[in-house]
Amino acid sequence: MTTTTPETTEIATGPIHGLYTEGDPVADTKAPDVPIAKMWDQRKFDAKLVNPSNRRKLSVIIVGTGLAGASAAATLGEAGYHVKSFCYQDSPRRAHSIAAQGGINAAKNYNDDGDSVYRLFYDTVKGGDYRSRETNVYRLAEESANIIDQCVAQGVPFAREYGGLLDNRSFGGVQVARTFYAAGQTGQQLLIGAYQAMERQVGAGTVEQFTRHEMLEVIVVEGRARGIIARDMVTGEIETHLADAVVLASGGYGNVFYLSTNAMGCNTTAIWRAHRKGAYFGNPCYTQIHPTCIPVAGDYQSKLTLMSESLRNDGRIWVPKRREDCDKDPREIPEEDRDYYLERIYPSFGNLVPRDIASRQAKYVCDEGRGVGPLVGDFRRGVYLDFSEALSRMSKEAVAEKYGNLFDMYQRITGESPYEVPMRIYPAVHYTMGGLWVDYDLETTIPGLYAAGEANFSDHGANRLGASSLMQCLADGYFVLPNTIRDYLANGPFPKVSEDAPEVVEARAAVEDRITRLLNVQGERSVDSFHKELGQIMWEYCGMERTEEGLLKAIDLIRALREEYWRNVRVLGSADTLNQSLEKAGRVADFLELGELMCIDALHRRESCGGHFRAESQTEDGEALRHDDEFAYVAAWEFAGEGAKPVLHKEDLVYKAIELKQRSYK
Amino acid sequence: MNLTLKIWRQAGPKAKGEMVTYQVTDISPDMSFLEMLDVLNEDLNAKGEEPIAFDSDCREGICGMCGLMISGKAHGPEVTTTCQLHMRSFHDGDEITIEPWRADAFPVIKDLVVDRSAFDRLIQAGGFISVNTGAAPEAHSVPVPKPRADRAFDAAKCIGCGACVAACPNASAMLFLGAKVTHLGEFPQGQPERSARVVKMLTQHDLEGFGGCTNIGECTNACPKEIQQDVINQLNIDLRHALQQMT
Repeated sequence: MTTTTPETTEIATGPIHGLYTEGDPVADTKAPDVPIAKMWDQRKFDAKLVNPSNRRKLSVIIVGTGLAGASAAATLGEAGYHVKSFCYQDSPRRAHSIAAQGGINAAKNYNDDGDSVYRLFYDTVKGGDYRSRETNVYRLAEESANIIDQCVAQGVPFAREYGGLLDNRSFGGVQVARTFYAAGQTGQQLLIGAYQAMERQVGAGTVEQFTRHEMLEVIVVEGRARGIIARDMVTGEIETHLADAVVLASGGYGNVFYLSTNAMGCNTTAIWRAHRKGAYFGNPCYTQIHPTCIPVAGDYQSKLTLMSESLRNDGRIWVPKRREDCDKDPREIPEEDRDYYLERIYPSFGNLVPRDIASRQAKYVCDEGRGVGPLVGDFRRGVYLDFSEALSRMSKEAVAEKYGNLFDMYQRITGESPYEVPMRIYPAVHYTMGGLWVDYDLETTIPGLYAAGEANFSDHGANRLGASSLMQCLADGYFVLPNTIRDYLANGPFPKVSEDAPEVVEARAAVEDRITRLLNVQGERSVDSFHKELGQIMWEYCGMERTEEGLLKAIDLIRALREEYWRNVRVLGSADTLNQSLEKAGRVADFLELGELMCIDALHRRESCGGHFRAESQTEDGEALRHDDEFAYVAAWEFAGEGAKPVLHKEDLVYKAIELKQRSYK
Repeated sequence: MNLTLKIWRQAGPKAKGEMVTYQVTDISPDMSFLEMLDVLNEDLNAKGEEPIAFDSDCREGICGMCGLMISGKAHGPEVTTTCQLHMRSFHDGDEITIEPWRADAFPVIKDLVVDRSAFDRLIQAGGFISVNTGAAPEAHSVPVPKPRADRAFDAAKCIGCGACVAACPNASAMLFLGAKVTHLGEFPQGQPERSARVVKMLTQHDLEGFGGCTNIGECTNACPKEIQQDVINQLNIDLRHALQQMT
């Protein structure tokens, strides 16, 4: 039996395995009760103001300097607040927003092709498979046009037409051209813009910049976030930084899978530490797996590289029909022995089926033993993306014009020319839609603690559309957060917290104790070996396809691995110098906790939606089958204590402007 | 393949450093250069020796965090970043020396890790267009001729890795500086601060201890993003205009 055979859609509704408990529902209380199109204006009006002369007495800590963090730091600095910005890299400009390729969406309707705020809102909610919060997404669409204006004024070199105006292209999941871009380096150019705006404020003295600093704990005093404990990664010094409010813009947690398209240093520590201190974690199981990445070449592989999805417009995806052909030169496999499986299974959409379906089908054919490329473990994990038909149809020059830079990048990494032999691709973890639960103001369940960008859960539901993450990060940082956080700051400055207050001393001691523990285990296995093993568990059981049985197994495996970690990890060197093993050790310890929560979340959500595919819940076509009657809610998880069962709080998703529908690609 | 590596080890900013020789075996040509170092570090960890510190983050050639002198060349033998260099560029039996960037303005922190915060301070001095959030006019109100926008983009591709400084015998940062001045100077939005920008950034450049440009072009040869030397010409042109305005 192949796994593409339709299965029953019956959903188990039995016990919840005693893995979690259910608490009171949670709800956003900040969005004003007015029609959605008036909501953001109303909120901006209602949010209290801070007199300009009082702003310098108010301080805000911002963790992370990607698009969300840098833009928020710049904007709050310009407003006159005292901002302290932290990043683990050697410069704010390195943050991983820089690697985003494709573009940024905005409802400018420059092409008069029927785009509007409402259409961008609608596309984003539908793309998220109706699992995002309507109010936040509408606001995102409203602010999108302002982002483009701001970036152009900063000198971001967007692609332009000969008339001197901005060029647009269209992206997956939409039928209008609303994507602004700067070649294949849009993220880089937007980040440099935000970084320069932030550095201008560093020069002006409103923003203090702390590079090579890692946040290791959040300080909560009398129920409010009042600062962080950070480690100076050069001297090893543990520092206490206090403020009136704290913003986490520390990115996503895709590296829980070890291999992903994230940067090496991307981690969950900032948001996980906040979660442990009381911030709810929203929808941790929602991860996006991108179908077109360069496959794993060997055990030494440290990261995966995305190849733009646009390649599927002209490339044909296939694997050999027979396993014994899998190690042959693909050019010697005759047409009749090839299985163009997407064209076969989805004759109408062919190679352009949505991301989640393309990814899953690649997994299925490789699971059947028909993958191509080098053996990694017992399997070949790769499928061909073949341009030979395009090359005979178009001319090499025309193909090079369209895809030349991608072909060069592929050749640099693999040593093979896509003009000569078919590319090999395989899905890879790319983005995490889950993150800290926030309300309309982007405030977490800890008063005074905010989360922005990929670090929060708010806008993409169960699946993110292309060119939407840059939009969300900059909307949050430039326009949303500065307008909502003032409502909180207007109540300050809050009473000064002393460095020897018990909450501060305790947070600091917890950080120091953990570092000492990690260094003192002195076991046999490296941090990386644990991280790799965790990644394999997550990928196998909490990746493209999830089952009840697999997730239960994963939870047992993760618990055993975590137990071994704390008695058998080997971290050399000392705490008082630059120590990259120690940095990784703390991050992996947090991934080992987060991974379990992701599996519990995936287990409890007995439906498929967007990037969360439960094998037990699919349509006859193998598409994700939602169960709105039971699962139209955000799962907001509360940390209940070391070893205690997490507590589920449900936020019902109320759709007033958009009607809930089953996604269809027919 | 099997390789001999001679790697700079230095325990801290003030410690005396030295070259240490390591052997690595069974290196696959498909590994990236940094994955080869990962393998070495796993070996060292297993033997109880402290792993070698080096910087990297995105590992896809765009963040600019990585950067090593590989057998005397910034980022090694290919025109790319260290993270995108692959072992198929080397041969079985090769001896490879690996050093940190060498420049007074980039002091060594540990092993192969250097402090490039001087680049941030150059940007703080004037590498921006002053526009507060919310103060921007409608994006289409200011058209930009495509050739100028394209030139701005070519200069803006700089990833701030510092290879230009490392490759320059004078440790000059003028390619980095020229790229920023050219990027912002091509836009109408960048004109009001154009003269002040070049003067402020150049003043900071000299304060940081970067040397002067002698037009030999090692910077552009080492640049993984192929930033062209004409941005240094632009820097000089802008400086001349600025000085004329001041007198």
